[in-house]
Amino acid sequence: MCLAIPARIVEVDGAVALVELDGIRRKINVAMVPDAVAGDYVLVHAGFAIEKWTAAQAEETYALLREMQGNPDGVTPAPETRRGA
Amino acid sequence: MIPVREALEQIRAATVGLTERAQFMEVCGTHTAAFFRSGLRGLLPLNVRLLSGPGCPVCVTPVGFVDQAVALAQQKQAIITTFGDMLRVPGSDVSLEQARATGAAVRMVYSPEDALALAEKTPAREVVFLGVGFETTAPGVAWTIKEARRKNVRNFSVLCAHKTMPQAMRALLVAGDVRIHGFICPGHVSVITGAGLFSFIPKEYKIPCVVSGFEAGDLAAAVAMLLRQRNEGRAELEIQYRRCVYMEGSAPALALLDEVFEPADVAWRGLGVIPGSGLALRAEFAAWDAERKFPGLTLPAPREPAGCRCGDVLRGVCLPPDCPLFRRRCSPTTPVGSCMVSSEGACAAWFKYGGTMDGVEDNMRNPSAGG
Repeated sequence: MCLAIPARIVEVDGAVALVELDGIRRKINVAMVPDAVAGDYVLVHAGFAIEKWTAAQAEETYALLREMQGNPDGVTPAPETRRGA
Repeated sequence: MIPVREALEQIRAATVGLTERAQFMEVCGTHTAAFFRSGLRGLLPLNVRLLSGPGCPVCVTPVGFVDQAVALAQQKQAIITTFGDMLRVPGSDVSLEQARATGAAVRMVYSPEDALALAEKTPAREVVFLGVGFETTAPGVAWTIKEARRKNVRNFSVLCAHKTMPQAMRALLVAGDVRIHGFICPGHVSVITGAGLFSFIPKEYKIPCVVSGFEAGDLAAAVAMLLRQRNEGRAELEIQYRRCVYMEGSAPALALLDEVFEPADVAWRGLGVIPGSGLALRAEFAAWDAERKFPGLTLPAPREPAGCRCGDVLRGVCLPPDCPLFRRRCSPTTPVGSCMVSSEGACAAWFKYGGTMDGVEDNMRNPSAGG
């Protein structure tokens, strides 16, 4: 149940933010990361951002995920260069 | 961050000549699932044994809680909202899913905020959210309760079974019925609380702790770090998951927890009542506390399923295949105990991944390793 994933903030409106991960967008609550702005990465658990990440920190997780997908060199475009569908 | 392969090499090197099998407990259910799903568990040397701990929230929620939720739906016509894993946990009489099949209103939600939104949309119905989960989940629930008060949403309440991690780990160590050489501590609980929450374990019990992330590379590195501590005779708290865990936690999240909840003595499946190990709503939020709001429910006497060894599995005393019901009467399609229901339960993980290849189960069970 403690699953949490890093996602990139597209826009913030008060306590609500639109985030994107792999082209999927959804609204989450960012009340616990009050200084988060568009472009930041956040760790999302059950609809709430629980921590802010730098792009480099998020990339570490994405790199580990790519390694497990048998794609360690990251042929998949890095998330920050990806555009949402 | 080191690649999985390199961490596995370090693990192999560290276990050469190990005279006693190293038993490490991964406390968090999400870690249990990740160890199995990634295949990492089967790649560990025979003299490293992993035990699953009491950190699967659905698994440790006692049967009486399910009975209460079912009674709220059936006797108060409340709409029960919950994370999906709770739906199929057997109650003394029925599960929430079985109650729904006979007309009870039970809905799955992704976030507690979704439950509050449902309450605002259906003002004529009571909406009860099942507050299950550890420190990672509870702050979001706290925020939602505060929001319900701010908006004065009176038909929303939370049936609270939130728990906190450290007292359960202490209870395991005090009981002493399983030998643990190191803990892989929960990463996302630590994001909220800070890793410092676990510093009492090396200090008071001289057992190494490593706070780990959730990808295979994180977990392999954490096992390697525990082995290194063991080989060097150290017992310290280390953080593998440095990209989001610090010794101090999240101030806004901790403030939310403190404002809305207070520590309570609560019952854990398999561990009994542990003082101060749960979270209860503070008196000023009584109007949003389903327990206080709906007194006088008629409840069956709580009845754990006969023969089920979930309690022993949760304490690390036995492995799922040691339970007489495992893979016989108890399977993910017809679960008897909660550890077979949750995708993070040790029994469900063993069922799904444990016996699919010849030898894999034996490898994980390590019968030849002694100790």
